[in-house]
Amino acid sequence: MNFDDTPQEAAFRAEAKAWIAANAPKQYEDELRKASLGRVALKGANILEVAKAWQKKKADAGWACLHWPKEYGGRGASPIERVIWQQEEGPFGRLSSMFIIGHGMCGPTMMAFAGEAQKRKYLPPLASGEKIWCQLFSEPAGGSDVAGLRTRAEKHGDEWVINGQKIWTSGAHYSDYGILLTRTDPDVAKHKGLTMFFLDMKSRGVEVRPIKQANGASDFNEVYFTDVRIPDSQRLGNVNDGWNVSLTTLMNERMSIGAGVSTGFPELFEFCNSLMLEDGPAIENRAVRSKLANWAVKASGLKYTSMRAISALSRGERPGPENSIGKLVAGSMIQDVATYALDLQGAAGALSGPEDAEAAGKFQAMLLRAPGTRVEGGTDEIMRNIIAERVLGLPGDIRVDKDVPFNKIPTKGRA
Amino acid sequence: MNFDFSDEQKQMRDEARKFLSEQCPPKAVREVLDGKAPYDKSLWKGLAEMGFLGVAIPEQFGGAGAGHLELCVIAEEMGRALAPVPFSSTVYLAAEALLIAGSDAQKQKWLPKIASGDAIGTLALFEGHGNPSPKAVKLTADGGALNGVKKPVPDGAIADFAVVAARTGSSGRESDISLFIVDLKASGVEVKSLTNIDLTRGQAEITFKDAKAEPLGAAGEGWGVITQVLDRAAVLMAFEQVGGADRALEMGRDYALDRIAFGRPIGSFQAVKHMLADMYVSATLARSNCYYGAWALSTNAGELPEAAAAARISATQAFQHCAKNNIQVHGGMGFTWEFDCHMYYRRANAVALGLGSLSYWEDALIDRMRKKNAA
Repeated sequence: MNFDDTPQEAAFRAEAKAWIAANAPKQYEDELRKASLGRVALKGANILEVAKAWQKKKADAGWACLHWPKEYGGRGASPIERVIWQQEEGPFGRLSSMFIIGHGMCGPTMMAFAGEAQKRKYLPPLASGEKIWCQLFSEPAGGSDVAGLRTRAEKHGDEWVINGQKIWTSGAHYSDYGILLTRTDPDVAKHKGLTMFFLDMKSRGVEVRPIKQANGASDFNEVYFTDVRIPDSQRLGNVNDGWNVSLTTLMNERMSIGAGVSTGFPELFEFCNSLMLEDGPAIENRAVRSKLANWAVKASGLKYTSMRAISALSRGERPGPENSIGKLVAGSMIQDVATYALDLQGAAGALSGPEDAEAAGKFQAMLLRAPGTRVEGGTDEIMRNIIAERVLGLPGDIRVDKDVPFNKIPTKGRA
Repeated sequence: MNFDFSDEQKQMRDEARKFLSEQCPPKAVREVLDGKAPYDKSLWKGLAEMGFLGVAIPEQFGGAGAGHLELCVIAEEMGRALAPVPFSSTVYLAAEALLIAGSDAQKQKWLPKIASGDAIGTLALFEGHGNPSPKAVKLTADGGALNGVKKPVPDGAIADFAVVAARTGSSGRESDISLFIVDLKASGVEVKSLTNIDLTRGQAEITFKDAKAEPLGAAGEGWGVITQVLDRAAVLMAFEQVGGADRALEMGRDYALDRIAFGRPIGSFQAVKHMLADMYVSATLARSNCYYGAWALSTNAGELPEAAAAARISATQAFQHCAKNNIQVHGGMGFTWEFDCHMYYRRANAVALGLGSLSYWEDALIDRMRKKNAA
């Protein structure tokens, strides 16, 4: 039992480390390091431009999308090499946030279902960050139950005509392309009438509107489709086989391990180390220590669970659904941590302006962002279902709409 | 990176599981639960023959000299099987104290007997309620004679010898505490068995009246040794706890698959599924913290105090969580004597206290993290 690289891994790490030291945009390192929570922003620079420049530089030197084949802009590296790269890239990895959906989900879906010429055309600029992709799955009527989506695609000659609405689309406002899941047959059961496409986000009839979230920020969008035309050549997979195509996409979502999830614990520990309460330093208070210890072991438990997963990768094993625990644990933990940090501040905990609030308002921002964390990318409840069904082998939920034609499924809970 | 046990160590775990499933089925645990025997003597002999009692004891003292990673995988299986034997008191507490502080003669006298199953040892630390603290040690040592009362002493009624923490000074500092080895079969020692929540493991009150004692380690250095022993035992006990948590989770899962209510397996209801998923989460977090503790223990790393506290807290929580919710999944049947659920519930809650309770380890963890932070 050890934390050591194999000689091969050590050589790869040294090479990555040296290249990053010579090429990374160091002027932003401090800001990126501190931006551990929520949105990354840089003072006096456009984050999108900085991120694209770094991605292009990586791609030119063969350090983009490491696990992709070389002909599509990757490096053909092993999964463990990808993890080592992420560890070495450190704070500069935060510049990849706008590429995550494209690299982690759209790219692999294209790789599995697009034609060879399309792959060679679209994947290299996706890898290099010159083109950004988004994923258009969720809808107002299809969140956790994504197969309940309603956006229609109707065949007209060699084209499909799209009408409907998507929601919670990250980065749609700066994306060049998207993968789109639509309903092509409403007369069959919901999973059986879906079809996947990719499209140019500049197509006529595509309208992107930012969502103002509960915390006041706008990280996501609604996307409206009005008679948008997509050539049949941009269909991914067979007609009405979109559900299986989407499973490939979603499976890849869980492949990225090792990057680490934010729990808020390091921030809270640091805060309690400096905070003074009425009767002395917070860190010396029994009640505070008990809370901290409970979160400390969750944070370390996640850290070493990830180390075990990386060790499995290093042995050539594939990560399984057991890695769902990271998001499940961290999501509610960050919410609890933020609530407690405000509690320690007393009445002043309600103040959120960076000048007035303790710790520049970071816990207030964390508190207001946290509800989204527990919903996005699979709700806590979906994560528990995944663990229960795919790890523990418990029965799937009873699905009353399983064999019902989509257009016969009730749409309202109360008449 | 290979943050995992080796293939040989995993093979040893499989051997231990196979051995315990044959030699320590729930029926055997119930012999002790029902008071028919104070511990499972034939299992204890069998563990010695398998080489498990001395797995971390060096060969020169009659052990297998394998190491602590090997001991961790065996500990996990002991917890999983609820083995009703004085393994933790003899191997994690007495043997570790001897390995840390014993003279060559003391090691030569006791360790081979531990490895062969001929001596049961324990640590006599507590004197009534409260957590480990030098201030709580009142028992005195004067000219090699001990006077005072220790309770609870794990497996005290069946132990042959005890490492005893005694007061040898009155400065109010840790240096007031020294350790002694006492032959519990000698005169001046009175042992009384005490009822406790885990009926598969004994607890005792031991009264020392001018009992003859031999110093273990240097005078005034006892508390330092106790702290080390508790850290090492915390990691090993955490593996037992993770083994128990995993088994309780499996029992709950199996019952949820088999039991039909409202026309379907209860494991298809989300309320039950999610309860089991949460049990899996705590058992997994605990296991990962334990692995870090195992790494620190086996390499004697400077991180051991922090890693041990984290493993202890996480594994205590996981075993308690899984054991109580295993009963909940079983419903009424889980609250019967006949079903095994209560044996895990009893063990989970007893071992949560034996090395110091959660609040003690929470405090210790934050102290240790602060020290590291300041360094």
